[in-house]
Amino acid sequence: MSTYICPGCDYLYDEAAGDPREGWPPGTAFADLDPDWCCPDCGVREAQDFVLATNSA
Amino acid sequence: MTLSTDHSVTAPPTSIARASARPWRDHKKPLWVLGLIIPVLPFLGWGLVTVTGQSIFWFTPPVVVFVVIPIIDLFAGLDPDNPPDEVIESLEEDRYYRWVIFLFLPLQYASLIGGAYLLGGGDAVGATPVTVWDKLGLAFGLGTVAGIAINTAHELGHKKEHHERWLARVALAQTFYGHFYIEHNRGHHVRVATPDDPASSRLGETVWEFFPRTVIGSFKSAWRLEKKRFGRRDQSPWTLRNDVLNAWAMSAVLFTGLVLAFGIGILPYLIVQAVVGIWFLESVNYLEHYGMKRAILPNGRVERVNPSHSWNSNNIGTNVLLYHLQRHSDHHANPTRRYQSLRDFPESPVLPTGYAGMIVLTWVPAIWRRVMDPRVLAHYDGDVTRANLQPRKREALLARHGRGGGEVA
Repeated sequence: MSTYICPGCDYLYDEAAGDPREGWPPGTAFADLDPDWCCPDCGVREAQDFVLATNSA
Repeated sequence: MTLSTDHSVTAPPTSIARASARPWRDHKKPLWVLGLIIPVLPFLGWGLVTVTGQSIFWFTPPVVVFVVIPIIDLFAGLDPDNPPDEVIESLEEDRYYRWVIFLFLPLQYASLIGGAYLLGGGDAVGATPVTVWDKLGLAFGLGTVAGIAINTAHELGHKKEHHERWLARVALAQTFYGHFYIEHNRGHHVRVATPDDPASSRLGETVWEFFPRTVIGSFKSAWRLEKKRFGRRDQSPWTLRNDVLNAWAMSAVLFTGLVLAFGIGILPYLIVQAVVGIWFLESVNYLEHYGMKRAILPNGRVERVNPSHSWNSNNIGTNVLLYHLQRHSDHHANPTRRYQSLRDFPESPVLPTGYAGMIVLTWVPAIWRRVMDPRVLAHYDGDVTRANLQPRKREALLARHGRGGGEVA
């Protein structure tokens, strides 16, 4: 499970925790998010702009 | 603070020069409390009517915002303060700035409840509005507060803290515009300065054409966003966890409570004040991105929003009144940044005066277009095809300014 960070506002997407509020249950892989899903905090960056923060496969 | 190397999030050179001289200090720090004058204006109007007996003073709030503030902007000039990068983190942490925003809400609700009491015929102390004209004056005053409360809600709604997002919806309850919190953050900020964004106005579009498009489009967009969010887990959007529905529920409770307390007779005026508030907000939306359009990149994506996509103003009067909303390019580059940390980018497009005065210009579309259309054209080096064009005026605009009509995208 890895974490990905929004380069604009530092919002962190943690695959283990998911983001249930956004509709992503715990364990949802980053690759499975909607490609047009935007950062829920800043709304500026899309999933494809996110940067890998920690990789623990 | 940020991992990005995007030029839109770096500090303008002026702040670097300033930082090397001596430590930067926020000269506006004591001024921010002046924003709290706005929700007190209906009380000031009531006091003036009581003292002078002149009912015209019920209109005090809109006169202050649309006459006094624009005049202050014309004379007080520009705001030179730009926080340098190294102070931004400590500036964001300073709780004083948050409390200035929080305090707006109790004053906003005091004026709404006090106003509803007077509209319902309450006469325990001082003057009471008697004629329809008096009551409309008071309703316009409450609506002016309601409109600026949407700006307060805007500041709160962009923050990551749960309680601030919740307070944003409380501030929006007065205008029944709680869906703005969803649409603005998740819709407008994503699609800003594209033809798809209902809240970005187009070259040749009058403010009166813009209103129905933005009001209806924003409502639809907010609902679509929430429906999609619940749809990801195959859930129905018909729940109070839907932020559109819980925000409206707050408004329904508020309006019902006011009517039960002060009589059904106040309902038309509650609607008037809400419409005035919405009109105020949408006027600001209209002037923030007029004619701006993000280019389509060779890979088919829309270029990322940058400082060239927003109209700014750096007049100190409106800067203080609207919590740096006019430093709009920085806001779109860094939406979660707090108002006190927003900077003026020297390269961003600038309006001829502050937002308050520019709203007055929108009232007469011929004057607005005379002032703004040449500025949009100059911004795009005379190439009208790069602007966001109003479809109805498209042919006329191309015929007048076009370069062989070579429109891309």
